[in-house]
Amino acid sequence: MPKLALIALVLGAALAAPGLPSAADEIPLPRQEWSFNGVFGTYDRAAAQRGFQVYKEICSACHPVRHLHFRDLTDIGYTEDQVKAIAAGYQVADGPNDEGQMFQRPGRPSDPIPGPFPNDQAARAANNGALPPDLSLIVKARPGGPDYVYGILTGYKDPPADFKLLPGMNYNEFFPGHQIAMPPPLSEGAVTFADGVPATVPQMAHDVTTFLTWAAEPRLEDRHRTGFKVTLFLLIAALVFYAAKRKIWAPIH
Amino acid sequence: MAEDSPGATARIIRWIDYRLPFVQFLNHELNEYPTPRNLSYWWNFGSLAGIMLVVMIISGIILATQYTPSADLAFDSVERIMRDVNYGWLIRYMHMNGASMFFAILYIHLFRGLYYGSYKPPRELLWIIGIIILLLAIATAFMGYVLPWGQMSYWAATVITNLFSAIPLIGSGIVTFLWGGFTVGDPTLHRFYALHYLLPFVILAVVLLHLVALHRHGSNNPLGIDHKGPQDTIPFHPYYTIKDLFGLTVFLLIYGLFVFYAPNFLGEPDNYIPANPMQTPNHIVPEWYLLPYYAILRSITFPILFISSKLAGVILAFSSIVVLFFLPWLDTSPIRSSRFRPIYKWVFWLLVIDVVALGWVGANPPAGIVVTVGQIATLYYFVHMLILLPLIGKIERPLPLPSSIGAAVMGGGARLSAAEAPLAKP
Amino acid sequence: MADLAQQNIAEAHGGETRRDFLYLTAGAIGAVGIAATIWPFVDTLNPARDTLALSSTEVDLAPVQVGQRLTVAWRGKPVFIAHRTPEEIKAAEDVDISQLRDPQKDSDRVQKPEWLIIVGVCTHLGCIPLGQKTGDDRGPYGGWFCPCHGSIYDTSGRIRQGPAPLNLWLPGDADQASKALYKFTSDTAITIG
Repeated sequence: MPKLALIALVLGAALAAPGLPSAADEIPLPRQEWSFNGVFGTYDRAAAQRGFQVYKEICSACHPVRHLHFRDLTDIGYTEDQVKAIAAGYQVADGPNDEGQMFQRPGRPSDPIPGPFPNDQAARAANNGALPPDLSLIVKARPGGPDYVYGILTGYKDPPADFKLLPGMNYNEFFPGHQIAMPPPLSEGAVTFADGVPATVPQMAHDVTTFLTWAAEPRLEDRHRTGFKVTLFLLIAALVFYAAKRKIWAPIH
Repeated sequence: MAEDSPGATARIIRWIDYRLPFVQFLNHELNEYPTPRNLSYWWNFGSLAGIMLVVMIISGIILATQYTPSADLAFDSVERIMRDVNYGWLIRYMHMNGASMFFAILYIHLFRGLYYGSYKPPRELLWIIGIIILLLAIATAFMGYVLPWGQMSYWAATVITNLFSAIPLIGSGIVTFLWGGFTVGDPTLHRFYALHYLLPFVILAVVLLHLVALHRHGSNNPLGIDHKGPQDTIPFHPYYTIKDLFGLTVFLLIYGLFVFYAPNFLGEPDNYIPANPMQTPNHIVPEWYLLPYYAILRSITFPILFISSKLAGVILAFSSIVVLFFLPWLDTSPIRSSRFRPIYKWVFWLLVIDVVALGWVGANPPAGIVVTVGQIATLYYFVHMLILLPLIGKIERPLPLPSSIGAAVMGGGARLSAAEAPLAKP
Repeated sequence: MADLAQQNIAEAHGGETRRDFLYLTAGAIGAVGIAATIWPFVDTLNPARDTLALSSTEVDLAPVQVGQRLTVAWRGKPVFIAHRTPEEIKAAEDVDISQLRDPQKDSDRVQKPEWLIIVGVCTHLGCIPLGQKTGDDRGPYGGWFCPCHGSIYDTSGRIRQGPAPLNLWLPGDADQASKALYKFTSDTAITIG
């Protein structure tokens, strides 16, 4: 028994180790409620669509989502016709044509959603040397995930009196180092939601984070669904195999 | 009219078997092969490792049908697999978490060997072959991690390949040779891909050698004493086949928890950022299963005689595995199983704690107390291997061994034969 | 007699003719598990979502004059679009179907008679027949001519001479090529696929 306890202790320590605070100073992140959290989590379609609207009307001025195609939007509840209309509203680079020229044409569902800049250098030039990161994976690319993105979007405040804020930077409570090049992107009523939900900053932050989490992990619902079936199957299998094992081993014990 | 097909099938099998004795072989190795009757669940991990190797190879080949090993396309090809390819997310997460599972199994399997003396005569070569498998697995995993071409892929590759520059004189030449260029780049990615595809099949071959060596003398057992006759053994099938099957199901549950509910728990968020040769991440951290070696590498912060601290760190990190090759000779105790080794039993757990501590050290930036703990833990590791093991074997008074496996199992505990009773005093 | 022998063998094995329900269940669970596991590994090699998304092409027919022909790419293959002249249409309709190797009425191959839309891949061994560019050899029926082995197609794309076994396919999957796989989105535009 003490040996078992020792093993449990060691395993517990090993698994908990990633969670232990490291020597670097960590900013505690408030946890939010997300529809996609938990074993049975799913993406709130309404929130994701509102989030797409926030992305389209505010964030897309600087941030691309390279890994999203227009056709992916049917996953969050848009119809094929809505997707065609959204795509057609964008101009997309294509070519060369028979004259050898590149040209612009209306977007199609099969196109990736075009970003605001043709390349990283243009993006930096337009943003004082800072590169607005691509947002398709941002939720998976930051420790804290959705809570972090929400924190950044709602974490702008006046710097404390003794804080040295560099020129052109903005104070943010949750950004490591507290100085972020991005000015606060969200302001009350900046977007008018099609479904009439009031566009407060927390609401917009919540919805765009839901959208961005879907953008980073579009197959989460498949994963949870399959996981449930697999876990159930394996639990039953484990019981049956254990019973068979005991039965076969009975004469030996 | 009697149905002929069972007869016909048996005749076909007999025809093949006479020319290529696969049925005979299977029958001998599974049905007749004598296995100690007292193996515990700690003995499941060998078959689990074999199964995971197959899972990794199959999932890897499927990924290879969709992946593009080119520096400007690799990251996007992985995202395509995650988003557009049917079940691509499943196979990618299986492969990614499968690597972690594979190492967890290997380490448990290895520590089982340490505890029960499975490396002792006549299983020294079996053990050495196992360490070779570990080395090959580490190389394979390291190269595989580079393939998604994220920030951590690129910078881990840079840091680890740069280690070779510590070799005097020829070091930087070797590094340029490894890179195929002046930094980690497209040529490096291509060759890592080719080698990552190749090495698992080398591992497969070495695993077969491992099994051949195993079957020569059969499995060790928790009592560490040889089986002396049929009262000590049982056929592998059906006893251990069903036990392995049950163990597999339990393992799959744990594996599934990671794949379906926490697929990125063991990973690094930075690897979802495409590789940027112009910007290093704040903390470069390898995957958890490489953390102890990383900790040892970083723990040497001072030069030793004429050896630079960098070179010393590299030598010690490699040595931490190389020393395992010599384990059968470093451990001087004639007793195999720690059950009968009252001192070594606790020293073993100290080693486990030491390795976990090294893992914690490797995960954290090298500052303050982390460095101190790392240096103590590194020192202890080599003290354990090079000083404690030989010493304990000599001074330890082992508990009396049971007369046989059968007797121990039947008697419900270590039962002494009359001749051994006077020696029972601790 | 064989049954008796079987029963004797079974008894020697310890009465296993009464297969234990538990072992059967375990075996069944194992089989189901293996089958369920294999499926994703097979399905993963089917066309991915991005491949399927590129499965339709839109074509603007306005620039194609009467008598002209246009080649477009669709699902990686060439599609021949012919704006047929009244003579070509008449020649296609006046053919005695029973004389054809692959009997098919012209009206079954077009939605509007002046637009013939067929896959430009010879049904013999897959070369691309000539006849799309001015100056190309169109063969004796004014349709298409495949230079690889001499298959000759008429103005409806049907095989008339040479080794090809079938008429040039209408757009569609191999097993259900049909004129329904394209549609006119206006008088001068079609979507294929």
